[in-house]
Amino acid sequence: MIDISESVMQFLLAFIVVGPLLGAAAALLPAPPGLRGKNPDQAVLRHGVTVTGVILAAAIALVIGFDHDQPSNMQATTDISWIPALDVRIHLGVDGISLPLLVLTALLTFLCALYSYYKMPAGPSPKAFVALLLFLESGTLATFAVLDLVLFFLAFEMVLIPMYFLIARWGGEARRPAAWKFILYTLLGSVIMLLGLLLIGLQAGTFDMVALATDNGRALTASTQLIAVLAIGIGLAVKTPMWPLHSWLPDAHTAAPTVGSVLLAGVMLKMGTYGFVRIVLPIAPDGMRTFAPYLAAFAVVGIIYGSLACLALAKKGASGDLKRLIAYSSVGHMGFVLLGIATMTPTGVNGALFANVAHGLITGLLFFLVGALKDRYGTADLDTLAGATGAALYGRAPRLGALLAFAAVASLGLPGLAGFWGEMLALFGAFDPAPGLNRPAFLTFMAIGGFGTLLTAAYLLIVVRRVCMGVPRPKDQETRAIADVQTYELATWSPLVALTVLAGLWPAVLLGLTDPAVQKLLAGGKS
Amino acid sequence: MITTIAGGAPAVVTAAGDVPSVVQSVDWLAIAPPVITAVAALFCLVADLFVAEKHKRLLGAGAIVGLLAAIITLVPLRDGERETFCLTTDPATCSYTADHFTLAIQLLVLGGALLTALLSLHGERGKPPVGEYWFLLLSSAAGAALLPAARDLATLVVALEVASLPAFALVGMRRGDRFSSEAALKFFLSSVTATAVTLLGVSFVYATTGTLHLTRIASELGEVPGQLDTLAKTGVALTLIGFAFKTAAVPFHFWVPETYVGAPLPIAAFLSVVGKAVGFSGLILVTVIAFPGYADVWGPAIAVLAALTMTAGNVAALRQSATRRWSAVRLLAWSSVAQAGYILVPIAAAAYSSDDQIGATVSYALMYAVVNLGAFAVVVLVARTKPLNRISDYRGLYAKSPLTALTMGFFLLCLAGLPPGIIGLFAKVVVFSSAVDAGLGWLAVVMGVNVVIALYYYLKWTAILFKAPAGAPAASGETTEASEAAPRPAHGRVPVAVTAAIALAAVLGVVLSGYPQLVLRFAAADLF
Repeated sequence: MIDISESVMQFLLAFIVVGPLLGAAAALLPAPPGLRGKNPDQAVLRHGVTVTGVILAAAIALVIGFDHDQPSNMQATTDISWIPALDVRIHLGVDGISLPLLVLTALLTFLCALYSYYKMPAGPSPKAFVALLLFLESGTLATFAVLDLVLFFLAFEMVLIPMYFLIARWGGEARRPAAWKFILYTLLGSVIMLLGLLLIGLQAGTFDMVALATDNGRALTASTQLIAVLAIGIGLAVKTPMWPLHSWLPDAHTAAPTVGSVLLAGVMLKMGTYGFVRIVLPIAPDGMRTFAPYLAAFAVVGIIYGSLACLALAKKGASGDLKRLIAYSSVGHMGFVLLGIATMTPTGVNGALFANVAHGLITGLLFFLVGALKDRYGTADLDTLAGATGAALYGRAPRLGALLAFAAVASLGLPGLAGFWGEMLALFGAFDPAPGLNRPAFLTFMAIGGFGTLLTAAYLLIVVRRVCMGVPRPKDQETRAIADVQTYELATWSPLVALTVLAGLWPAVLLGLTDPAVQKLLAGGKS
Repeated sequence: MITTIAGGAPAVVTAAGDVPSVVQSVDWLAIAPPVITAVAALFCLVADLFVAEKHKRLLGAGAIVGLLAAIITLVPLRDGERETFCLTTDPATCSYTADHFTLAIQLLVLGGALLTALLSLHGERGKPPVGEYWFLLLSSAAGAALLPAARDLATLVVALEVASLPAFALVGMRRGDRFSSEAALKFFLSSVTATAVTLLGVSFVYATTGTLHLTRIASELGEVPGQLDTLAKTGVALTLIGFAFKTAAVPFHFWVPETYVGAPLPIAAFLSVVGKAVGFSGLILVTVIAFPGYADVWGPAIAVLAALTMTAGNVAALRQSATRRWSAVRLLAWSSVAQAGYILVPIAAAAYSSDDQIGATVSYALMYAVVNLGAFAVVVLVARTKPLNRISDYRGLYAKSPLTALTMGFFLLCLAGLPPGIIGLFAKVVVFSSAVDAGLGWLAVVMGVNVVIALYYYLKWTAILFKAPAGAPAASGETTEASEAAPRPAHGRVPVAVTAAIALAAVLGVVLSGYPQLVLRFAAADLF
């Protein structure tokens, strides 16, 4: 939009990746005079808000400077040699695919830092919390910004340690086994992914993603592509998560603190699907074509499985945890994303990318809301919350109830909100998959996926009915009043609400960015 | 140094210069690193007799100066083109070569010895006989520095023994400690058996090829007469066993935990790094240089050995209970067995691929040396106040001394190979890529599973560092067995030398993480 010189853009992107890292180191040091605040805890939490805020501002500046006429071109690129022995280069850049994810990450992390400033999760000192949060942000942003396979792996691994500690230290019940499950599962997946990445790099002679994508798999033999797609796909599928490799996710979400859940669902799951779009699709298209029907099959099983699990949890008497329910709903939503990718068509992949961002916004909001509910009631157990008739949130905390209903409706894919477009485009892509893919199979997948949207609507409406509606208990039976939405909560949540509406009403703002880039990726740099 | 005249041709010395002399020329600069170390060792032994009791600490300083001098002499050698003790009849066949491989391993060995010396400076003061201690440590280092340069089997075996024999005595140094002498005896008996087997193998190889020089063996082995073929193969296999023992590869690893626990802590650190370097560099020399024609024999053998070693080491490390006595050292001992497995992977890959894979081993070993010595240095520090040395003693280290805890966490994550331990991650990437490059996919997958297993115990230890101290109102509901002995107040300040060792290792680790090329360059280069 505004012409910002290339070197400033380069600096901005590098700063977005490195800035949080420096901030994390600074968080461990004692605060300098003048910035001490009321007490050390408050000072370090404020430091977190400041750093993430600056990063968000830099990300917005990047959007402003981004040449929206050519979103398929890598912009703000830096390319310097780092480890010549391994041919690893610090190659950074953004295009229309990674830009929305970068902004989403910067935004969600900032909102999490802001939320924690007012509502620090119970646990050890905030100092380590802020440092880990910033370290996590750096790893996630780096994943979306790097254009070198080995560097991608490095960034992919960077988020593990901070997330482990966030869950294990600041989490709720059963956090320790959940944290272990999370890190061991993901590490096993990513080590297998590394083998695939190395295979590609050694066979093609370069680790550079842009060069490999332009080459479009021509330098790789068919068997290499098959093995590489299988290995990389497993690693990414664990992260996404794809059914049946998802079982770490519900535990991790249930145990994680609110901000941990928000970041886990909002941005970390996207690292998996982003890897599919950025690495698997353009670099090994032949291998992907072989595995695409299987990927789509697993994806639709995930959609149905996630929805059924949610229905079971939402049932009366099942004592289902709301956080666990949203975690399972993520499995279903990411199923749509995977289905879109598996079609290998521009429509499907655009839908997948759109659903990615929409899921980040909506599920982030949902986890914030459920976290707030859990803080107020002391539990996220649906049966305890709802009692006999329902929690009657509309009556007791009308604004909180309305927001929850809004988020649930957005999540079930109501037209006009962000959740709709991605899933529709993904299904639309499955209607007419790429040439070489079995159309009847994909038509079946589309039908099953469509049925999944119905199930999704069912369980979310049940949740709304049980949590928001019901008979308010008489005042004397109230153990304590339920506070409605606080100012800081409104401040953290309203950006998500606004963006959900914006993306729903004006999808072109996202699709205009992703579509040219997707076209180019699928065509292998020919266009 | 053995000045063999292999080939046995009697050289006739005449006044005329055209007939070669029997006396081999010596390039003193090339052999300076081991020689300076050996001279420093003798100096310590002799000076011990004349130095008054209160000045004995100066001997340690002398040893450190000697090691530093030896390291400095590596600088003018960095071109890696010097050879000496060459046959007078064939100047291309030399017994001592200072190529890049030699220099990298010598740097590792001498640097490892230097850090060990720093850790030993303020050891249990006065208890071990000081002069002997430094003499033995430096002798062992001299042998280990000689070994990678050796290019004939006799020199190789002599270097192996020079490195090993002092180590037996060092392990038994804790006088009056039953475990110490038992450990030393166990170490000695099993090691000597392995050496005897190696010698038998060497004699078989000599019998079939008629030469001890590695490069000549390589060419002669191809032309072994049919009836001697079995003998040659047996010789190759037996020679490898001795070096596999030093590397602590399965099934020759049983001595490791007992020996590490029984030995003084700095010596355990020394064995885990320098001892292993001796083993795998010897293994590299005999496999890649002497027996390349038998790659189909030793390649699969080492691949299986690597897989077994890393799995056995990791599974055993996984089973260590945090509250058992000396569990910290035990865990590091088993983890060092597992790491030896990773180190073996590129050697196995070298059998399958024409590309030079040995560099990956060297890079990995250099990384491992830095972070493992760093971890041992922190263990030495903590053991001053918590002599039981259990992993549970590390609880709350962050609250007491944040920097120590952060560096320990960094070392452990480097060993695990996860960011922020970037150098650990890249060293593993190099090893993985050598396996993938050689088509050893199954070995890469086994290693991948092992990396995940290893993460569990490394991360568990790391998490303990940052927990609230026992007794303090822990935010977590977890109860760890309260230490039965209340932590005694540390005797005096933390010794400067130990701090220096930790700082040195930490700085090296951080620098390497920022600029991995420093060690990874070996992975891309032809070292020989």
